[in-house]
This record gives sequence, structure tokens and C-alpha cells, in this order.
Amino acid sequence: MDAKVEPQRQLMRLRGRSYVAFVFSPFMPIVDWLAEIDATLSNSPGFFAGRPIVIDLAGVELSPHGIAHLVSSLESRGVRVLGLEGVEAGALDASLPPVLNGGRGCVVEQVEPRKVEVKPPPPPAPSLLLRAPVRSGQRIVFTEGDVTVLGSVGSGAEIVAGGSIHVYGALRGRAMAGINGNAAARIYCQKIEAELLAIDGYYQTAEDIGDMLRRQPAQAWLDGEVLRITPLN
Amino acid sequence: MAKVLVVTSGKGGVGKTTSTAALGGALAQQGQKVVVVDFDVGLRNLDLIMGAERRVVFDLINVTQGVAKLSQALIRDKRLENLWLLPASQTRDKDALTEDGVRDVIAELRTKFDWVICDSPAGIERGATLAMRYADEAVVVTNPEVSSVRDADRIIGMLDSKTAKAEAGDQIKKHVLITRYDAGRAARGEMLNIDDILEILAIPLLGIVPESQDVLKASNVGCPVTLNNAASPPARAYSDAARRLGGETVAMVTPSEVRRSLMGRLLGRRAA
Repeated sequence: MDAKVEPQRQLMRLRGRSYVAFVFSPFMPIVDWLAEIDATLSNSPGFFAGRPIVIDLAGVELSPHGIAHLVSSLESRGVRVLGLEGVEAGALDASLPPVLNGGRGCVVEQVEPRKVEVKPPPPPAPSLLLRAPVRSGQRIVFTEGDVTVLGSVGSGAEIVAGGSIHVYGALRGRAMAGINGNAAARIYCQKIEAELLAIDGYYQTAEDIGDMLRRQPAQAWLDGEVLRITPLN
Repeated sequence: MAKVLVVTSGKGGVGKTTSTAALGGALAQQGQKVVVVDFDVGLRNLDLIMGAERRVVFDLINVTQGVAKLSQALIRDKRLENLWLLPASQTRDKDALTEDGVRDVIAELRTKFDWVICDSPAGIERGATLAMRYADEAVVVTNPEVSSVRDADRIIGMLDSKTAKAEAGDQIKKHVLITRYDAGRAARGEMLNIDDILEILAIPLLGIVPESQDVLKASNVGCPVTLNNAASPPARAYSDAARRLGGETVAMVTPSEVRRSLMGRLLGRRAA
């Protein structure tokens, strides 16, 4: 009995599979970037040990020699480079890791130990002081409190304040005080030529402001639901 | 030390280009080496006012884009050898200007001239902001009427926030130049008077240029008014303004005096 056992041809099978790798994006100068890596390693040695790493070179311009030096510098730190990204394959020689493309970002948990720093919010500034005139087209918004202007507010300028507005000059633009519902806010100016005055949503336009008051020092305040404008002296 | 001066206004038609040419001519007459630069890409006028429109080969855009060298684009004035023009392109628009290109051209002009005078386009968009971007000083041109004064106020706000100097925490030096001033109409309340304008704008006064036919005549022949008729009232006002730019103290000619002499000239001519 002859039995012939034909050697079974083993077909080479190619399969695609995707893996999660860390991507490094070096920046110039490389020396500084390596120092950052060193700092990370000194905090947690072996952080990168055994993990696949890809280097994204899109953000830096390196010669093939520079890339080889970068890869060997990382390898001397125990970081094994799986592949490169963001660089032309033709520019590299065979000794370097292969160029990858088509990578997609994903969430990798525990990339870094999280430092939770709770900074106390800065204390709210009670008032904003502007030392220069507010020019036409400028808009000053300060909802935290009062606005004081050492100078004039030009026609076409706008001041919006959570508190009161004080203008040590001519008020020719728009002034809106008490914007967050502060009915006690007031608007004071040395010379009233305003286009619009508003306190807590109640407003008057230039047409409503009496001619007697024009160009005089004046204040605006809320009397119930009526915006009143009265001379200051 | 070269000075870069922008002539700007916000509103159109108030006399930026006329003032650029006239101040450039006056500074050149006073012995300074001056270049006037047209930033009004697409709507260039300065070449006409300077009478150089038939000699334009290359322009500002060509230089910023590296197509031409600065020396190829600069046009020397035929009347004054220390006065030069860098024309704008008429076939492009303001988007052809880049911030880096403008910076490099201005830096190169600084090395060659005592004064670099940038004629800004009207408006507050790219052309105007790039014209003022690298300036050391600004001449804000306004007419004695409310809309141009309000636009001037807006431009002053931009000079204080959008220029390279302002962004570096420095202050750009600003002057107001009042043009087309008619003292008679101001006295009758038909125009804003000088004090009102200065109170609104709160920057120093560089000069008051009276309304005059001499300006129109000079434009028509393509010559800065300071070169065309140096004795005329507007030319004298521009010449004084140029001296003030140079740091001299020159007494401000009150508009009523200007007007009287202007009227005298007109009457005299009529009588003749």
C-alpha cells in the first residue's frame, strides 16, 4: 500500500488587525522635548516599558539623520518605536521603523496621573477703571460691577455694566447700567449727550433727554419703573 | 531714524490722499527723504495726485509677493528728487495684502527714507488695518462735520488697539488734521467748530486746512498742493503741519485769518 502523503501547502495568510499605540508628537527644539520625556520617566520609570509607541513627525522638520537620532535617543531611554507618522516614506532608509498612516485617535485611559489642582477663582473685581476715552465702535462690558471712565465716551461707543457707570467727561455714546437686574445702579456723567441710557432694562434715547439737560452734568437713576435724568449740581 | 506715518480717517472723501501727497511734498521740500505709499489696493489714487500714473510699472503687491524688488517699484518724483512714490495695484484687491508682506516692505522702506507716509484706504477693514499696522505716528484726517468726526473717533480707537505698537503695549502718536474747513460756515453754525472737534477726539491738532479751489486745481494737474502753489492757504497749512510733524513749534493759523486772506485773493482776482 502505497500511501503518498502530499505535503499540504500552507498558505500564507495575511490578516489586518489594529492596535492601540501611544503617539508622541515631538516639537522643536527636540532637546527640550526629550527633557520633557525624561521628566515623565523620572516620575514614573518604566512608564513606557513594553508599550508600543508611534512618533508623529508632522509638527517638526527633521532630516533622515535627525529622525534616526531621535529614534535611537528614545530607544536608549527604553522607549521602543513601533512606527513613524507624518513623514514621507521615501525619505527614510530601511533601518528606521516603518511609516504608518490612517491612524485614528482614541481614548487611552490612565495616560498620565491626573493632577487635580483646585485654584480658587480670583476675587471678583468690584469696579473697572478706564483711563482713556472710550472711542466710537468700542464696547466695554463689565457685568461684575461699576465702570469708571476717565475721559469721554464717544458717539457710537457702548458701556455695559452690572453696577453703576461713572463718566468723567462727555457721555456721547450708549450707557447701560445695572444690567443684571440691579435697579439701584446709576449713571453719572460730567456732560450728557448720550445716545441711549438704560438702567435695569429701562431706557431713554437721545430724543427723550430734555434739551435743558444737554451738555450739563447729570445722573440717571430708576424711580420705580421710570428712568429719571436729573442735573448733578 | 525713519518715521512711519499713516494718514487715515475711517470715512472716505475727507482728503487722506490729498493730505498724504501734500504732507509728503512739504516734508520733501523741507529736505527730508520721503516716500508716499498707496495702500488703497484696487482703488489707487495717489499716483494720479502725484502725477506719476504713466510711470507705474510695479506696485506694492508685486513687492510684497516678491515679484519685483522694492527699487523697481519706487517711482521718483519729477519735481523733487527726494520724494518717492510706491504705488498700489489697481487690478487686485485688499486681500492681496498680507501682514508679513507689509511688515517686510515697511521695514525695508525704513532703511531708505526719513519718512514713510502710508495713505490708508477708507473703511476699517483689512486695507485700513494693514496701512496702520506698523506705523509710529498717525494723522487722522477729518472734516468739520459729525459723521467724519465720529469715524475719526472710531479709527483712533483702532490705532490704540490694532497696531503693532499698541499690541506691544506702546502708544502710537496721533494727530488730527482738519481739512475743508470753512470758517464762515463754522461761524454760522453750519459746521462743527475746531474746539468741538478737538473736545470729541481728544488728540493734538496738527493743522487746519481751509476749503480751497487750490486743492482741486493741484489734483487736476497731478501735483501735491504744496508743490503746485506753495503760497496758497492750503499749501501753507500743510507746510506748517509738516513742520509740526518734524517737531517744530509753529503757531496755528486761525481759520478766520486764512479765510480773510483767501477772500482777499478771490476778491482781488475778481477785481483784476
